[in-house]
Amino acid sequence: MPTRLAADTVANAAATPEREQPYAALGLKPDEYERIKTILGRRPTSGELAMYSVMWSEHCSYKSSKTYLRQFGAKVSPKMTKNLMVGMGENAGVVDVGDGWAVTFKIESHNHPSYIEPFQGAATGVGGIVRDIISMGARPVAVMDALRFGAIDHPDTARVVHGVVSGISFYGNCLGLPNIGGETYFDSVYQANPLVNALAVGVLRHEDLHLANARGVGNKVVLFGARTGGDGIGGASILASDSFSAGGPTKRPAVQVGDPFAEKVLIECCLELFREKLVEGIQDLGAAGISCATSELASNGDGGMFIELEKVLLRDPTLTAEEILMSESQERMMAIVTPDKLEGFLRVVAKWDVETSVLGEVTDTGRLIINWHGEEIVNVEPRTVAVDGPVYERPVSYPGWLDALQADTASTLPRTGNLREEFLALLASPNLSDKSWVTNQYDRYVMGNTALSFPDDGGMVRVDEESGLGFAVATDANGRYCQLDPYQGAQLALAEAYRNVAVTGATPVAISDCLNFGSPENPEVMWQFSRAVEGLADGCLALDVPVTGGNVSFYNQTGDVPIHPTPVVAVLGVIKDVAARIPSGWQDEGNNIYLLGRTALELDGSAWAGTIHGHLGGLPPAVDLAAEKSLAALLQAGNEQNIIASAHDLADGGLAQALAEAVLRFGVGARVWFGEIMERDGIDATTALFSESTGRVIVSVPREDDVRFQGLCEGRGYPVARIGVTDGTALEFQDLFTVEGQELRDAHTGTMQKYFGAVVGA
Amino acid sequence: MRIGVITFPGSLDDRDAARAIRIAGAEPVALWHGDHDLHAVDAVVLPGGFSYGDYLRAGAIASHAPIMAEVIDAANRGVPVLGICNGFQMLAEARLLPGAHTRNAHQQFIRRDQKLRVENATTAWTSEFATGDEIVIPLKNADGRFVADDETIARIEGNGQVVFRYVDVNPNGSMNDIAGVSNERGNVVGLMPHPEHATEPGFGPDMPDAMRSGTDGLRFFTSAMAALAARA
Repeated sequence: MPTRLAADTVANAAATPEREQPYAALGLKPDEYERIKTILGRRPTSGELAMYSVMWSEHCSYKSSKTYLRQFGAKVSPKMTKNLMVGMGENAGVVDVGDGWAVTFKIESHNHPSYIEPFQGAATGVGGIVRDIISMGARPVAVMDALRFGAIDHPDTARVVHGVVSGISFYGNCLGLPNIGGETYFDSVYQANPLVNALAVGVLRHEDLHLANARGVGNKVVLFGARTGGDGIGGASILASDSFSAGGPTKRPAVQVGDPFAEKVLIECCLELFREKLVEGIQDLGAAGISCATSELASNGDGGMFIELEKVLLRDPTLTAEEILMSESQERMMAIVTPDKLEGFLRVVAKWDVETSVLGEVTDTGRLIINWHGEEIVNVEPRTVAVDGPVYERPVSYPGWLDALQADTASTLPRTGNLREEFLALLASPNLSDKSWVTNQYDRYVMGNTALSFPDDGGMVRVDEESGLGFAVATDANGRYCQLDPYQGAQLALAEAYRNVAVTGATPVAISDCLNFGSPENPEVMWQFSRAVEGLADGCLALDVPVTGGNVSFYNQTGDVPIHPTPVVAVLGVIKDVAARIPSGWQDEGNNIYLLGRTALELDGSAWAGTIHGHLGGLPPAVDLAAEKSLAALLQAGNEQNIIASAHDLADGGLAQALAEAVLRFGVGARVWFGEIMERDGIDATTALFSESTGRVIVSVPREDDVRFQGLCEGRGYPVARIGVTDGTALEFQDLFTVEGQELRDAHTGTMQKYFGAVVGA
Repeated sequence: MRIGVITFPGSLDDRDAARAIRIAGAEPVALWHGDHDLHAVDAVVLPGGFSYGDYLRAGAIASHAPIMAEVIDAANRGVPVLGICNGFQMLAEARLLPGAHTRNAHQQFIRRDQKLRVENATTAWTSEFATGDEIVIPLKNADGRFVADDETIARIEGNGQVVFRYVDVNPNGSMNDIAGVSNERGNVVGLMPHPEHATEPGFGPDMPDAMRSGTDGLRFFTSAMAALAARA
């Protein structure tokens, strides 16, 4: 038996007020430490210090962002909340999608671990977000990832790309969740700080909704799933080594290690527990582990909680109490179970071979009390840990460099005159090139309900096998736009994700966001953050889609240089029957191709400016959210009349890229002409090909439906122009140039292979 | 007609196999790895997934599950048994099928719409095909590389036990492009690709005429039903 180290008890803390504590090493500021002492009326025990330090961290407390995030709750219309069953603040938002069904979804960052240890960082990112979905009482049914890496040709990028992609592949595939889409971007601003934003979606019947609260005195607090180990412990080892200098545990790994098999079993086990109504409240264990789960469950409940910490099943018997409180071991859940249902609960977990221990119970003391081998080591008011953390009004200042950046427009960059070469260079550029290298490593088939997935604009999954009811999801963010104007950049991310859902035939209903920014201690970053949140909140109000939750990730920087602001927006849409989904590419020859929307000279921040000229400056494309709304309504109406054969969103790379992708999707070519739009919109060929004006979609329409389609557009007053016809296998830009199908494919698929090895199965 | 689908801890495509059986017109019966009971089903499917996380070797732990005693007994009695992906690995580990599986040659997980050639249309699971038929079935695996010693390869090639072969692309480095094999009797078949994911228009593999329209997998299940009907 290892010797058990004596814990710092509440009595000991009261008796030794002057003892020095390593609060600074745990990330607490002097005034925060003083506040803890004021709250407790004594110094904290080392266990309490561990809890406060993790729960008051930026990651858990949102102390720098809270004052801004309130806008998401304030800027709402009745229309936005009508179908919202659970909003921000719970593990994930829940939306009523009709017929007694609900969908829950959330996107969350796992950026820093994914740089240190890309494989496990990305894998546990998937695992963590999936547990949030289970906690709502839902069956997870799909995942997606928004990824940002450093420059594709940097020597360290391949390490991160290989690790992250195989981590997601390993965990998601083994978990049996279809990966239905996402994004992969490269930019040197993410060199030492990749972004791994993982999204998960779950479905549930209304009556299966569960929340994270501990109610009912005498109800049992049960920890189940994987054993608690020493992984994911950052600061606790500091505490341990400080308290017990000789013979203490060694430094622990900061990145958690994932076991998708354990999580898969946990999913099925939880769903059976829900089905048999054996659980009152439930919470997953993620950041801050048991500290977070106990304090949040107790805060959301109606009383207090008593825990005997030595009952936690350990993977490593030498862990100290503080380490157990802070451990971020994966694949664990905490449930509140009534005493009469405990036997049934234990029967189900035994069936699934899931290890379980009853740690304690809900009390009426109003306190969270944690004992360690009979001695009280934590005695706090749970809200002071979980809810009433510090709130900062960080200094904000307008970036000194921004005016000069915005004045440096791309509009006047030289036209090389070789449009064919520029087109192929863009098609082969890291950000616009084919991502099969990534997506061929993901299972999109499992569960048998995937109606759309990469490379389509949005992923779509059937919810109800009888009616065909389903949802669509898309994520977007363009950091370059956000660097030029974070308010508009955030709205552009929202508009694009919204449009990506609309082109699938679904109706956008809600969003989740993952706000990736630099250090909040940098006033210019705080300005970017404040503008992005304002833009997003205003945009959601304009589009009538509520923010249901998400996460904020600060301190994303390479050296002292912050990343481009990257507010990743995930839009969820609903479709009555997934059989009516709209493909993104052309499947038949002889259909007419229409461009919806107008094209303006908007090359600032574009892929063309970046790839051809290495340029970033000016003002991002204008956003017209009212137009986006009517465009979505137009697509829905056209889809209901069954006259749209395909629809594809225009974004990075503009019209030329969208046309190429529509050809590449199924290998059906096209002849296109731009004379009419160039004359109507007063633009040159470069602008027609590569401008990134918003509110634009290309649709293909069977010839017999032409009149109806044009009538539909005219009736709704949306700009429309016939720009071509599907034909053959090549992409011919009349009067400009032609690219054969094989050359298109070679250009599009070569880049990822060049840097990361062959595409499997290509 | 009742076809059982066994759920092991870590099975992933069990519900999909059940759906495919239902679409084919039979009754799916959920079976549990820990029971010694096949509930008198007429045929058995071992579904895809990562049973026990593929720890030790893919399919190795599951091949010792309690219910495998009944599966082996049923297979020896001539009951049609189909192993899909992880199920194929289990049947190989249980020695009901020849060969073994190692990590894909390229070391990565792969997912693709895979073209196969039916090499033997006389087994319990392929009778509705014609020998030489080319079909498209989704494939997704990490440890899908079929390997066997020279003597075994020669024997199964000679006996017609190679039931499916990869066409155009060998996605995992399998020997002789072997995608699926049977036992000598032809009632036990295993393959790496997933026929249950090519049974419902709109959710299957892309086909030349339309997106996600492939339903070639349906005939695996209708074949078994025909074999059972012929026996009855």
